[in-house]
Amino acid sequence: MSVRHALLALLSEGPKYGLQLRQEFEEGTGEVWPLNVGQVYTTLQRLERDGLVVSDNSVEEGPQKGFRITEAGRLELDRWLRTPPDLSLPPRDELVIKVLVGLKLPAVDVREVIQAHRRYVVEVMQQWTRLKEDEARFDLNFALAVDAELFRLDAVARWLDAADGRLQRQLAEAPAADVAGGRVAGPAQGEAEPLPAESGQPPLPLPKARRRIGVLR
Amino acid sequence: MSVLVLEKVSKSYGEGATQVSALREVDLTVDAGHLVAIMGPSGSGKSTLLTIAGSLEEPSSGEVLVLGRPLSKMSRAEKAQLRRRTIGFVFQDFNLLPGLTAAENVSLPLELDGIPARRAREAAAAALDELGLGPRGAHFPDQLSGGERQRVAIARAVVGSRQLLLADEPSGALDSVNGEAVMRLIRKACHRGVAAVVVTHDAQLASWADRVVFIRDGQVVDHTASPPDPDQLLAQSEHR
Repeated sequence: MSVRHALLALLSEGPKYGLQLRQEFEEGTGEVWPLNVGQVYTTLQRLERDGLVVSDNSVEEGPQKGFRITEAGRLELDRWLRTPPDLSLPPRDELVIKVLVGLKLPAVDVREVIQAHRRYVVEVMQQWTRLKEDEARFDLNFALAVDAELFRLDAVARWLDAADGRLQRQLAEAPAADVAGGRVAGPAQGEAEPLPAESGQPPLPLPKARRRIGVLR
Repeated sequence: MSVLVLEKVSKSYGEGATQVSALREVDLTVDAGHLVAIMGPSGSGKSTLLTIAGSLEEPSSGEVLVLGRPLSKMSRAEKAQLRRRTIGFVFQDFNLLPGLTAAENVSLPLELDGIPARRAREAAAAALDELGLGPRGAHFPDQLSGGERQRVAIARAVVGSRQLLLADEPSGALDSVNGEAVMRLIRKACHRGVAAVVVTHDAQLASWADRVVFIRDGQVVDHTASPPDPDQLLAQSEHR
């Protein structure tokens, strides 16, 4: 989230004081993303250094110091709103790495690991939904911010479901087989001979992509 | 008070080598006013669990108690009465009768139960009003949107003095805003004391529940702890 551009957006409505900016920022995000005063002032100083805002020089640093946006600031705000965030590079997702590491460890039942994470994700979602359910707090900004958190968590839950489904299918097709270089605890595990890892298979030509998403080889 | 109790409920279909276990020794308790979500992938047995809880199907072993009464000791007629008076069902495809208006769909279970038509219609109108569908009572299902049809189905499921609401993917075909409206209505029924069980594979839907029970291969494998104070979330995000 860009505090920098959120402050520019608030200043585009007219000149404001630092303290006022902080309050309006928190209200604008449905108070889902609280901001500390220090963050507000360092960001404002940087914006001023870059020529995107100017401050009221007659007043000392503090909550009473006023700021207004410059023409360069308006252009920057417009540019930012229209620039899509970089979604092309997948982040190194800690959860994905945990599941992949789990697959490598013979003693670990990966489906149990997946379930532990699924439970936690759903518990956090329950808390967000409670906040949304509380009509007294209902306002559009808040609902939109909570929806964003819920959809993000929902994507994690769905990935876990898909991972679980893939593992189950793999188990059903090859009950005691080696799964992705690791093993999955299954009913027939240990009874049949494990397949030698990647026996006779040509190496996959995807080392870069695999490394990028955190797959350990 | 526990409205629904499942004790070691198992269900299998077929015999011998072709036998398939749909449910294995499932225990579940749902108290009045509580919403429980059953979450699991397709084929995990969650719909079977719901039909058994609703007395539409019998378990192979184990017992189901509704308001403390064991279903195994009930005659067919008693079970049918239980389904008319105590249990409300909501299905993914709404299951409204196309030849009846919204109001008639809602009043039908009461009329079948011998309640005079006028009183049944009044109760139906009240249920539709509460769900914001008062003006749509005279419309037929094909004149209603998907979201409205599902609200009619919920009105039908909670009309009268039903105490147990069983819903199978109740927002399955709806978009997320209409899906949320459906869950809000189910929560509202719970606030009035109804016990509800919602079966779903959707985590957002499940997150409306007081407790989420995870089912896999016919067995309960896990459940959520009761959710802590939601304000903790906001407090945590201060430190992000």
